[in-house]
Amino acid sequence: MIDVINLKKSFGSLEVLKGINVTVNKGDIVVVIGPSGSGKSTFLRCLNCMEDPTSGSIIFNGVDIADMRVDINVHRRHMGMVFQHFNLFNNKTVIENIMLAPVYVRCQELKKHRRQQLFGKGGIKAASQITKAQIKEQARGEALALLKRIGLEDKADAYPSTLSGGQKQRVAIVRALAMNPDVILFDEPTSALDPEMVGEVLDLMKELAKEGMTMVIVTHEMGFAKEVANRVLFMDEGVILESAPPREFFANPQHERAKEFLSKVL
Amino acid sequence: MGNFGNKWNKFVEIFLERNGYVKVVEGLQNTLLIAVFGMLIGILIGTLIATVRVIPKYKTLPRALNAVCTFYVGLFRGTPMVVQLLVFYYVLLPLMGIKMQGVRVAMFVFGLNSGAYISEIMRSGIQSVDAGQLEAGRAVGLGFAPAMIKIVIPQAVKNILPTLGNEFIALIKETSVVSFVGAADLYVAFNYIGSNSYEFMVPYLVMAAIYIVLVMFISLLVKLMERSLKKSDRRN
Repeated sequence: MIDVINLKKSFGSLEVLKGINVTVNKGDIVVVIGPSGSGKSTFLRCLNCMEDPTSGSIIFNGVDIADMRVDINVHRRHMGMVFQHFNLFNNKTVIENIMLAPVYVRCQELKKHRRQQLFGKGGIKAASQITKAQIKEQARGEALALLKRIGLEDKADAYPSTLSGGQKQRVAIVRALAMNPDVILFDEPTSALDPEMVGEVLDLMKELAKEGMTMVIVTHEMGFAKEVANRVLFMDEGVILESAPPREFFANPQHERAKEFLSKVL
Repeated sequence: MGNFGNKWNKFVEIFLERNGYVKVVEGLQNTLLIAVFGMLIGILIGTLIATVRVIPKYKTLPRALNAVCTFYVGLFRGTPMVVQLLVFYYVLLPLMGIKMQGVRVAMFVFGLNSGAYISEIMRSGIQSVDAGQLEAGRAVGLGFAPAMIKIVIPQAVKNILPTLGNEFIALIKETSVVSFVGAADLYVAFNYIGSNSYEFMVPYLVMAAIYIVLVMFISLLVKLMERSLKKSDRRN
């Protein structure tokens, strides 16, 4: 689903990623670990071009999205992203946070459709004579269902500032889900949480994993990596040193640097 | 001050019997029109400039735009409002062969001028919004412009609302120079009353009082708006 080919990224003269090659298949749960400053977050952020790669390709569903000529927004709609600091839209209520992108995208499609009808020949009456209000209504229903799933339907009209960290992160996850993405990228989703709240977020992520969602996760939660991942990438100084199933990696790390890292964190 | 009663009577006479109040209402209307439209144009221009200023500048186009904006802001902050009014009314518009009423010219120039100031206010407002907000907007597939319009700018406006209110108040007070280009504002109205009664004390005091009341009213409005926008911060 995602093929990363010789991905490099430099910030000024500092080379952060020095040629990464990874393939993520459908249904994969890839956990990226490594010491801080090793480029894990940069790698993840390059996957949906939040950071534009300096060179290399990222083939997502057959399209090289590292190419500056592609409309990255279209592809990002199929790649959810969850941030360390949640980044819920502060000026929107919880349910508006979830509805925003689906409503926006569908309204854009509606506009495009109308333009085509206006200027196209004959004016083919398409079956989808849906109005903006209906789009909103539908998105609201879907958003409520997602909120119900995480048990926060009573917070639908609350603002993010009133939620706890764990609640915010779970809302952020269902916000990503609302677009029905092919893959979700997690950038240290539990690092900014109180220890008490880590569990509820990890539980939700485990649920998604069970449902077959493709995920790429940068995390320091080794327990989670062991339990859920089907592949662990160990990164250091901008390269992937090891790529192995978790049982193999944690029991028998090949690389000296990986052994050293694991001895510190386990 | 001895014959204040006398002066007051003269003022009332002209105000009521010789159509002074018509002039005052007209003047108040023009003052408000110039300030409100100036502010609206200013917000539009200011937001555009501020957006250009916060766009990452790797490419040529944003750099060129940024240079244009820097020049614009420097120009309008570097010259007094009166000079700008005079230059537009007596130099630029005749050169372009455009005839325009003083009030229209004033609205336009006030908009251009306040745009320069608001751009700086807006820039600081945009920068006060956590960069993660824009990132999250982009990550769900919104383009730069929709993400700015739907997410960043509403939060920026909330942060800068008090400063924006001050700018509006400053604008209202600055309208008192528009008579330079023949626009009939409050000053013109009270000057009319004064010169018809040869008595300026009461008219000018009343004018001052009207400005104070206007400004107090606007401060109140800003406070109310702030409170209603603050609802996303409230913890309940």
